[in-house]
Amino acid sequence: MPTLTINGTVHRVDAPPDMPLLWVIRDLIGLKGTKFGCGIAQCGACTVLLDGRATRSCILPVSATAGQAITTIEGLDDASGRAVKAAWQELAVPQCGYCQSGQVLAASDLLRRNPRPSDDQIAKHMAGNICRCCTYHRIKQAVRRAADGLA
Amino acid sequence: MDGSSKHPPAVNVSRRDFLKAGLTASVGLTLGVSLPALAEVGEAGPGLAGKDKLDAALAPNAFVRIGTDDRVTVIAKHLEMGQGAHTGLATLVAEELDASWSQVDIVAAPADATRYNNLLWGPAQGTGGSTAIANAYEQMRRAGAAARAMLVQAAAERWQVPEDQIRVRDGVLSDATGGRRLRFGEVAEAAAELWVPDTVTLKSPAKFRLIGRDIARKDLAAKIDGTAQFTQDVERPGMLIAVVAHPPRFGAKLRAFDDSAARQQPGVRGVVQILSGVAVLGDHYWAAQRGRSALKIDWDESAAMDFGSEEIFARYRAQLDMPGTPARSDGDADHALAEAEDTIVADYQFPFLAHAAMEPMNCVIERHADGSIELWYGAQIQTADQAAVAQVLAIDPAKVRINTLYAGGSFGRRANPTSDYVVEAAQILKAIDGKAPVKLVWSREDDTRSGWYRPAYVHRIEATLDDQGLPAAWRNRIVGQSIISGTPFEAALVKDGVDVTSVEGANNLPYAIPHLRVELQTTELPVPVQWWRAVGSTHTAFATETFIDLLARKAGMDPVVYRRALLKDHLRHLGVLALAVDNSRWGKPLGPGQARGVAVHESFNTFVAMVAEVRVNDDRSYRIERVDVAVDCGVAVNPDIVRAQMEGGLGFGLSAVLGSEITIENGAVVQSNFNDYAVLRADQMPEVRVHIVPSAAAPTGVGEPATPVIAPAVANALSALTGQRYTQLPIQRA
Repeated sequence: MPTLTINGTVHRVDAPPDMPLLWVIRDLIGLKGTKFGCGIAQCGACTVLLDGRATRSCILPVSATAGQAITTIEGLDDASGRAVKAAWQELAVPQCGYCQSGQVLAASDLLRRNPRPSDDQIAKHMAGNICRCCTYHRIKQAVRRAADGLA
Repeated sequence: MDGSSKHPPAVNVSRRDFLKAGLTASVGLTLGVSLPALAEVGEAGPGLAGKDKLDAALAPNAFVRIGTDDRVTVIAKHLEMGQGAHTGLATLVAEELDASWSQVDIVAAPADATRYNNLLWGPAQGTGGSTAIANAYEQMRRAGAAARAMLVQAAAERWQVPEDQIRVRDGVLSDATGGRRLRFGEVAEAAAELWVPDTVTLKSPAKFRLIGRDIARKDLAAKIDGTAQFTQDVERPGMLIAVVAHPPRFGAKLRAFDDSAARQQPGVRGVVQILSGVAVLGDHYWAAQRGRSALKIDWDESAAMDFGSEEIFARYRAQLDMPGTPARSDGDADHALAEAEDTIVADYQFPFLAHAAMEPMNCVIERHADGSIELWYGAQIQTADQAAVAQVLAIDPAKVRINTLYAGGSFGRRANPTSDYVVEAAQILKAIDGKAPVKLVWSREDDTRSGWYRPAYVHRIEATLDDQGLPAAWRNRIVGQSIISGTPFEAALVKDGVDVTSVEGANNLPYAIPHLRVELQTTELPVPVQWWRAVGSTHTAFATETFIDLLARKAGMDPVVYRRALLKDHLRHLGVLALAVDNSRWGKPLGPGQARGVAVHESFNTFVAMVAEVRVNDDRSYRIERVDVAVDCGVAVNPDIVRAQMEGGLGFGLSAVLGSEITIENGAVVQSNFNDYAVLRADQMPEVRVHIVPSAAAPTGVGEPATPVIAPAVANALSALTGQRYTQLPIQRA
C-alpha cells in the first residue's frame, strides 16, 4: 500500500500503482483544491509541488511519488507561496477560479527557483497553465508584484 | 389591516395567506398596490440552497437576510461563472442598505423561477446574454432599500425619534445627534415585526458609496486558496462517479455492448445504458474511466453523419450565390449593387468552436427517500434544467432542488437549451433506480468531442461606394445553423424565419448606408450547436468590421475617420471609438513590422471599441502587443470587474483568432483536448488597457461584449501592414 506525504501529513492509500496522483489526492484522500482540467498534462490545473518542483499530477502514477514530499494548494505556505497568494488577492486575479490553484502553484514554483524573473520569463513560465477566463494579464502582473515584494 | 400600502410582517406569513387576508380585509387596495411590489423583490420564501439563512432575524424579501450577528446575506439569483455576478448583485443590495461590504455574505439562490427569474427573460431563472446586472439593477437595489427602511423604522421607534432623524452608514444606524447607535443585528428582530414597505426611495447616484468603486470580489480568497467548491469537488455519502461512452460520430447509435471486461475493473460498480451512450459507474473517476476503456461497444453508424467541415463549407459557399431570408432591408441593395459599375466583395468563413471551459461538464444528482431530487452543479438555466430532470424522472419540477455552485467557466456551455449533461446525469440516476448519488464527470475529450459548438458560418458582403468613397449599398449574406430553432427560446428569438442570434451584429449595423440588406440562410446539420460567448457577434463583428476597413482602404481614408463619417447618429459608438483611439497611439509612428487596427461593435447593449497593436515577424508569425479597450456599459457597477471582463473577454476572443478550431471529418470531431484545440496562453496575452466611458445610463452587461471586437481589430492591423485580406478565422499567419 503506497505511502504519500502530502502537506506534511503521511497518508496510506489503497490505490493501484498506475493511478494518477491527481485522482489519489482528490478521490481517495479528499483534498479538492487540485483540479482536473485535461488529464494529459496540457493545462496545469492539476499542478502540485513534488519536492518543491511544479509537477502535473494528472499523468503521474502514484507509484512514482514514493518518498517525495507533495505540496498541494492546501499546504502552500512558504514565503513565495504567501507572496503569490497576496498578489493574487490584491490584483483580483481569479474569475471562475477553477485553474487558479494551478496558477498559484506554478507562480510559486517560478519564484522559488528564480526570485527575479524577467517579464518574458514570467510569460513563458506561466504559459504552461491555461486559464479559459484569460486572466493572464493580471496573472503576469501579480507574479511581477509577488517577485518585487520578495526582493 | 389598515389598507395602507404596506406588506404584512416579513416573517411567518406566506404569500397565499397574505393574499387571502388581503381579499377578505381590504379588497382591491391592498392587492392592487401590493402585488407588483411583491413580484419585484419577491417574498422571503422557503429554504435556501446550501447555507440556510431562513433563521436570519430579518428576511424582508427574496434577496436579503440580516442576522442578529450583523451578517447581511445576499441571495444571488445568477450563476457565478467568473463574470463577477455574485459580487455585482450583492453590491447593489449593500449600496441601498448602507451595509458595510465586509459584513456581506453571498449565497446562491435556489431554483425557483417564481422568485428568482431573470426579469429580461420572463418566467425563467437563468443567466446569460450578459443580463445579470442589466436585469437586476433596480430589483436588487429595491431589495436592499426595503430592508434599510425597516431597520430605520425599528430604530426610530426604539429611540422615539422621527425616521428622517436616522442615519445609516456601514451597517450602523445612528440618530441625528449621533449620540445613539445601533448595529443592524441589534434591530433586525424588531424590524422583522414591521410591515415591508411597498415603495422605497432609491439613492441618487451622487450618494453611491459602493456602486462605481473597485469593491473586492467576495469569491477571491476561496478561489486563491483552493477552498472554493465546484461541482467537481462535491462529495455525497455513497456517491458513485459516472463517465459515459458517447457515440464516435454524430448520428451514430448504440447497437450493442459487452461490459464483461469493464465490470472486472477494480472499483467499477455498474454499467448502464442511457440514451446518449453507455455509462460506467465507479468508486472514483479513475476506476470509472478505466471501466469505460474496457467496454466493447458496437455502434450503429448506418445513420451517422458521413461528411465534415470541408463539405459543409463547400455547400455553404455555394449557398452564398443564392438570396436568403431578409433580416434587414433598407432601400434596395439588390438593385443598387446590380446597377453599380464596381462592387467590392468578400467571403468569410468561421469554424465550429468549442467552449472548453476549464471545468469539464459535470453534475451531481441524488434521489432522496421522499422521491425528491437534489442536484449540485453550475446551473445556468435552472428553470429549464428543473423541467428536464423532472421529465426524465417523471416527477413534479417543484421536487427538483438545485444547488447552484460556482461554475469553472461556461462561456454559454452550461446554458444548454436541452440541458444535455444534466439530463444525462438524470438518466444515469434513473438507470440505477436512484440507489446511489451520482457525479457525472466528462473528460476533456468528452467535452471537446461530444458536441455543442459555436456553429460554423460563412458570410458574403458585397458593397459599392458613392463618389465620396462612402458605402452606397451593402448586402450581407449569412449561412449557418440556427442555435435557437427547436429550443424553448424559438418563439422569442426566431422572427419571420430569422434566428436573431445568427444575424445580430450584422442586421443592426450602425453605419449610415442608404441601401442595406442582410439575409440569412439557416442550414440543418447533425452537429449540435449552441451559444458561445457573445453568440452571433462572434462572426458578424469580424465580417462587418473588417469589411468596413476594407472599404476605408478602397476609399483611401483613415479607418477611424471613415467610421466616424458613417456613425453620425450613433453617439455611444462614437464615444467608445474616441476613447479607445485617444488613449491608444493611433496615428503615431510605428516600428518595422508593427501596425494598428481598430474595431467598434455593440453587443448586448454594450459598446466596445478596440485599438490593437500587432507585430509581424519575418516568417509571418505575429503577436498582439497591446490593446486599448473602451467600453460604454452605462453605470459601471464595479469598474475593476468591468476591466477584468474586458481583459478576459478579449483574451477569449483571441483564442479564436490565433488557433481555436473544431473540424469535423466523416461526422466525427477531429480535435480532442488542449493539445490540438489551441487556446490562448499567458505568453500570447497582450498588454491590455481598459478605458470606461463615464455614464449615468442604466447598466448593461460586460461578460460578452469584448469577445467579438478583438478579432477584427487584429485582422485590420494585419491588413494595414500587409495589404492582405483576412477572411477566415483562425488566422495562423499574417
